[in-house]
Amino acid sequence: MTNLRQSTVREKADSTKQMALAIGSAKPPRRSALRMMLPTLTPWLVVGLVLIVGITLFGVLGPLFVMDPTTIRDIGLRGPSSEHILGTTQTGQDVFAQLAYATRGSLEIGLIVGVLATIFSALFGILGTYIGGFADETFSLISNVFLVIPGLPLVIVISGFVPPAARGLWTIAVVLAITSWAGAARVLRAQTLSIRSRDYVAASRVAGERAWRVIAVEILPNLLPVLASQFVFAVIAAILGEAGLSFLGLGASNSSTLGTMLFYAQNGFALPLGAWWWFVPPGLIIALFGMGLSLVNFSIDEIINPKLKNVRLHRKRARAVARRLRAGKDDR
Amino acid sequence: MTSIHVENLVKDFSVRKGIVRRKFRAVDNVSFDLLPGRTIALVGESGSGKSTIARILARLDSPTSGTIAATLDDGATVPNRLYRRHVQMVFQDPFASLNPFHSIEHHIARPLSIHRVTKGSAATASRVLEMLDRVNLEPPEEFAQRRPHELSGGQRQRVAIARALAPGAGVVIADEPVSMLDVSIRLGVLNLLGRLQREDNLAVLYITHDLATARHFSDEILVLYKGRVVERGPSDDVILDPHHDYTRLLALAAPDPEKLGKVVSSEAAPDRSTLDNTVCFNHFTGEWEESEARVPA
Amino acid sequence: MTDTLANIHVETDRRTVLSVRDISVVYEVDQPVEAVKHASFDLGEGEVLGLAGESGCGKTTLAYAINRLHRPPARISTGSVIFADRDAGDIDLLELGDEDMRSFRWSKLSMVFQGAMNALNPVISIRAQLEDVLTTHRPGLSRGERRQRAADALARVGVDPERLNAYPHEFSGGMRQRVMIAMAMILEPQVMIMDEPTTALDVVVQRDILREILRLRDELGFAVIFITHDLPLLLEVSDRIAVMLQGEIVELERADTLYRHAQHPYTRKLLGSFPSLSGSRGAFIRTGIDDPEEEL
Repeated sequence: MTNLRQSTVREKADSTKQMALAIGSAKPPRRSALRMMLPTLTPWLVVGLVLIVGITLFGVLGPLFVMDPTTIRDIGLRGPSSEHILGTTQTGQDVFAQLAYATRGSLEIGLIVGVLATIFSALFGILGTYIGGFADETFSLISNVFLVIPGLPLVIVISGFVPPAARGLWTIAVVLAITSWAGAARVLRAQTLSIRSRDYVAASRVAGERAWRVIAVEILPNLLPVLASQFVFAVIAAILGEAGLSFLGLGASNSSTLGTMLFYAQNGFALPLGAWWWFVPPGLIIALFGMGLSLVNFSIDEIINPKLKNVRLHRKRARAVARRLRAGKDDR
Repeated sequence: MTSIHVENLVKDFSVRKGIVRRKFRAVDNVSFDLLPGRTIALVGESGSGKSTIARILARLDSPTSGTIAATLDDGATVPNRLYRRHVQMVFQDPFASLNPFHSIEHHIARPLSIHRVTKGSAATASRVLEMLDRVNLEPPEEFAQRRPHELSGGQRQRVAIARALAPGAGVVIADEPVSMLDVSIRLGVLNLLGRLQREDNLAVLYITHDLATARHFSDEILVLYKGRVVERGPSDDVILDPHHDYTRLLALAAPDPEKLGKVVSSEAAPDRSTLDNTVCFNHFTGEWEESEARVPA
Repeated sequence: MTDTLANIHVETDRRTVLSVRDISVVYEVDQPVEAVKHASFDLGEGEVLGLAGESGCGKTTLAYAINRLHRPPARISTGSVIFADRDAGDIDLLELGDEDMRSFRWSKLSMVFQGAMNALNPVISIRAQLEDVLTTHRPGLSRGERRQRAADALARVGVDPERLNAYPHEFSGGMRQRVMIAMAMILEPQVMIMDEPTTALDVVVQRDILREILRLRDELGFAVIFITHDLPLLLEVSDRIAVMLQGEIVELERADTLYRHAQHPYTRKLLGSFPSLSGSRGAFIRTGIDDPEEEL
């Protein structure tokens, strides 16, 4: 009896499939969950990625090939030449070599702060919100307090307070991280609130899923694009913030970043002396890296808000149709 | 099999109006028994408290007062940690109740491994296919690998039913399981639920605003109005011979093709403002009962 | 496909106010999809035409196309929409210039959407929103007249004109939907398109609003295209019903004929999907035969 029923059911399922084929409902190609999370390759994304990868490679590999950036020579403030590609500083140090090391230093800061700030914001934004009640109120209060603290002045105060000897790379990174996570935490809180109230989270609770698993397996994956975007933003902010601090002379001691380069260029009167090769390259690297990260961020935005993507696709299709219609008219 | 006995269930929510917090009673003194192989329908409009009852039974919310006891055939109480294995829920919106990030297999495999129903991943995988086959998703191998957005609403709801039954649940709470589906699919899904109920001797709580399916799908109907039961009894009795004005109002509002073109000629509809939710007509005893307000302890 | 089949009666027995012929809408995506295929129907004066179909059948696309509210990538590929104005004679809606279309839209042919009640601006009073329509379309009216007409419109849909100065959040969902209907009717259009106007509402409220719409139809004589997936409801309110399946109108009949003598298998299936409230249980439920065929 059961067999009979099942076989008829199968036949029906088959005929259904044939019907579906006949109607021509083209099934979208199977895409894995993670693939769905990746942005579509647009020209802007390519430009952004090229900038980021190029500058990162320069920062990682550059220092292996250049000469010692600290060597003092008696050929101060010379313009670019075959010997020194980007000329020399006031004390005859090679700018190109300095640039390579400085890029590495800035990237380090950016990466450390990016990771720390993302962890802080996830902790305060997601965990507290999921638990709800008192924890949520407390975490939310803390993020709100941090949100209204003016970032740069606080950083300046803290950096000024810590004696230069103890002011290492990590100190600066931690200081930058704790002043930059609050905004992201608020966004995550809003997103988590919305996801937490979705039925699939309730369904996994009904299924008996433990709280940490609900967060890690059901909620977190849906927040990945937001987290990625916030990470990228935190990196930009950190590199800029550190550059600002170093420029003011409050950066990490005995470190070399793009900010310290600009600081020394300023102190060496590079601008009044017209030594553009000293201050333009670090400034340009900061600008280009920031631009690259922003371009990547735009693409991530499309995943978070698929409407943006549709707008782009529709525009493209409308153009294609218009072209086709115009071509048709020309034929006539 | 599992039964659930609900007694004097009360749920208060506190609503903030300006700076004053006020208590709002969503469910007031509701009692019923869910027995294996039987279906109880909770009927009412939105805000009547029917979904709150569902969420409390699924332990997504806790009651303000009252008791919910799940018992097995021998009368033994289901211990707390096993409650979720015995009582499962099917949600209203199939587009929201499956996580877009995960495959269908994940959704059905998780309850199996959480409750250690199957041992080892091979056993789990084959059980998943078996469940998909039971809800008529053919071929199961293919459906297991798909992700929710590749399925139609009806197919998703079948997955949700498979997930609910996977751990071997004896009680299924179906919160408006078909109201978001296209009409031509609704009966298929309800019939599926009906078939599984007979096969597994399930106790089903069917929550709906649709009187017609409530009548045909359930054995007993409880009509809820503003958190209280205003009429209860065997489904045919409640629908065909409604006593409470609110039930009459609902019945009049339900679309009925036989009333072709008669929507305007409103047959003396009961006046909403005079509806009284402190009395309840019980078709089992054939008498009106006062439903006294319970003050939570 | 467009041959006049026995079960498609395009013409109405009243004076035609809107005549849709052979209209097709194509979504210009990678593989162009024909969302509406050669749909034709006439709408009579004061008639309620029901448009039934399930999600994705093209009923909303058709409604948007008639009103030319469709957005790219949707494109009307064939067909014509002729509006037979009471005063100005025939107007071809698809040939109308954008500016003319805009002024035409709300004053002769208005629309109520499914989520319309959420389309009210939350920070502007009901009165300002109603009067705004009048300032745009009837610039000649004085302030007093505008106010009077806004109050009348509210009174007509059963909302107390005293509440004219209230804001949308002070109304319940059903009340807001009434306000939207008042707004759609304030210019006394000859045709109203209602796309699932009551789906988001409770059954009892839904009933009240339907009753109101039909009463106003009798009073003001506008024609209604009523779009919903709820066939039993359509059977109660419509004069004629068009059933759509995959972009095509497969049956167009008088409501009673359609109910008693449905020709197309899909119509019969739709009719069979609703258990009758007061009738017998029927064979379709709790028989254990669940049929996966329906899920295309």
